[in-house]
Amino acid sequence: MKYRLIATAIALVVSPVFALDGDPGMHDPSTVIQAGGKFYVYATGGGLPVSVSDDGWTWRRAGSVMQAVASARADVIARGGNNTWAPDIIHVGDKYFLYYAAPGTQPKAAVGLLVGTTLDPNAPDYKWEDGGPVVWSDGVEDSNAIDPGVLRDPTNGTLWLTYGSYFGYIRLVELDPKTGKRLHPELKPVNVAINSEASVMIFREGWYYLLVTHGSCCAGGNSTYNIRMGRSRKVTGPFVDNMGIDMLQGGGKLFAGSSGRHIGPGHFGLLDLGEGVQKFSMHYEADLDRGGVSVLDIRPLLWRDGWPVAGDNVTEGTYEIESARTGTALEMAVQGVALGGGRGRGAGPPAGLGGRGGASAPGAPAAPSGPAAPAGRGGGAPQTPVPPQDAAAVSAAWPAGQVDVRMAPYMLQAQQKWTISPVANAGGYPGSPYFKITVAGTDRALASTPDAELVVLPAFTGGPEQLWRIDQLTDGTYRVMPKAVPNRKEPLALSAIGSSKPTLSTFRADGDRERWLLRAP
Amino acid sequence: MVTGLAALALVSGAGLRVYARQQPVPARGAAPTLTRPASQSKTPDANGFLQRWLILEPIRVPAQLTDSAVQAAVKKEYFPDQLSVMPKDGDVVTVGGEPLVWHAVDTSAYNVNLFHFAYALNKPTSNVLFWAVTVVNAPRELAGVRLAIGSNAASVWWLNGVEVISLYNDRQAVIDDGVSKRVTLKQGPNVIRAGVINAGGATDFCARFLDENGNPVKGITVSLRADAK
Repeated sequence: MKYRLIATAIALVVSPVFALDGDPGMHDPSTVIQAGGKFYVYATGGGLPVSVSDDGWTWRRAGSVMQAVASARADVIARGGNNTWAPDIIHVGDKYFLYYAAPGTQPKAAVGLLVGTTLDPNAPDYKWEDGGPVVWSDGVEDSNAIDPGVLRDPTNGTLWLTYGSYFGYIRLVELDPKTGKRLHPELKPVNVAINSEASVMIFREGWYYLLVTHGSCCAGGNSTYNIRMGRSRKVTGPFVDNMGIDMLQGGGKLFAGSSGRHIGPGHFGLLDLGEGVQKFSMHYEADLDRGGVSVLDIRPLLWRDGWPVAGDNVTEGTYEIESARTGTALEMAVQGVALGGGRGRGAGPPAGLGGRGGASAPGAPAAPSGPAAPAGRGGGAPQTPVPPQDAAAVSAAWPAGQVDVRMAPYMLQAQQKWTISPVANAGGYPGSPYFKITVAGTDRALASTPDAELVVLPAFTGGPEQLWRIDQLTDGTYRVMPKAVPNRKEPLALSAIGSSKPTLSTFRADGDRERWLLRAP
Repeated sequence: MVTGLAALALVSGAGLRVYARQQPVPARGAAPTLTRPASQSKTPDANGFLQRWLILEPIRVPAQLTDSAVQAAVKKEYFPDQLSVMPKDGDVVTVGGEPLVWHAVDTSAYNVNLFHFAYALNKPTSNVLFWAVTVVNAPRELAGVRLAIGSNAASVWWLNGVEVISLYNDRQAVIDDGVSKRVTLKQGPNVIRAGVINAGGATDFCARFLDENGNPVKGITVSLRADAK
């Protein structure tokens, strides 16, 4: 199922949000990995700094990896150097393999391996064992062995490492899933790309994608870092971009560049949350909302025409919330008022006088007085524009208390327009804070009920049943979930069970029942 | 970024990421992708890339890649007739009191690896300007074609003495990164000249001619003589 228009529509109202909360400052982050209900990420710096998050939104520092390494790592340092940069991590069986760059005098460098069984620094068995150097460059060959990226091939369980940085090639070697070390050290590495760094592969539907970072880093707002990609049917390449250019010849389709308040994205990492929800992590070289420092961010990962697309986290704005299943829009269940008044099919007076196709329902409140009666279909003088319908113009007829929620054809009416706003200090999920969803121009808040239905409350009071998680799915639609449903433990999602009935149900990735579009109202 | 030089700052570039002091790296042997031409002319490769060039040993320039700095660097006169001379293999010019040699090279790749070129000669690879010249021989007038290049890093390009492409800032040698307006290759020799400036790390360039449909121009040959037939 394709929703090609979604990105265009959303682009009108969405821009990147503040990149995460807490202390997301870091450079060259690893893949974000989940363990024990927490999220972990590792980055460049003395001892390989560790950052941890309980929800994927608010991050804090948690020491460094090397604090838990007993070995002097002599072989790694001899092959490369004593720096610790740009790690990547993967969970294989009962082990975590953490690969890190150990450059000396570049391009003399090595990729070192650390092996652990838990990521929790407070666990009694927390420690990292030195696995020695995995690959290295001697300072003369066309390789700079830094920036490891690791892939577990889901088709056969094989393990692969890409590495390299500008000087010469991005290279690929196979690893032993049992040890994390090279499986065939006697074989020459495979060259897969040039002119790039921060490589990592992902796999989807028969394609291997090689994502790399082009451009320059480490210069704040003057960094030209951008993430590019090619794909191949074989893990060993050739990786070719959308124009047929081999990444060994500098090819690379743009995945993410600078945008909004963020300059220089680099070091892609896949965060697959399951059920059709994929996100990606990266760092920005400069977050202009944080003084231009380098920070981690997490954003939705979409797929279009066989290529990954960088999505944007939802930002504050007013939207139509449209069911992908039915095409009808979420609305507070009050009598609508036609914009501009009803019209007959032919020339005639406005609002309330019936006529095919344009009249308000019997008993509907009269439309606000508008301009003089226009000509009907087929002619007449140019007319005065009809203004957008604000809640203030029609809400006098709305009930004061709780109101049901339903769906209806989107008619640009006030009860169909929803303002989505982040809620401070309410926590979040990977990439975003929780939001409140209110009828635009009011404080009437969408909420879940104990029987897993929906209601609009007279005012937002901050309860978890009024907080919403909005994840963009890989097809560009959205999954909308309350933070909590009273008296229920299982997560539920906004669901369309008919053209006019929304409810809360278990999310099903195999259909459109729980998929929604956020459109400019 | 910076390689082979002492550098403390977090200098960035399409090269090596630098967080710590760099030290000189050991010398290497001959440039692995470059050889001396062994024929009078050479056909571009299957994708149209020009693989025969005369390259001058690098000239040290400031590590600045902005529009104005690059233009100033290539417009400064380092040796007589630098924008019109058709050198020969082994010619020597003197720049700042230092003799620099023109080298004729064939590349085995689509690109010309200037890092290999300079490193094999024990010449600097960072904060340098490379001059490169070649001659494309057209069997007949070819109108409406375009010169298409990629360079690491900034570069300025001339066709028959007319500036046709300029790329600024730190960048990689992406195929067809810079493309000229429609130009005409006259029948016979056409001189292509480039100044490529590298701030640090890897440095290379690639060049080809494209037709109206974006396909490589066929039927041309490359030599290193402007009077070639």
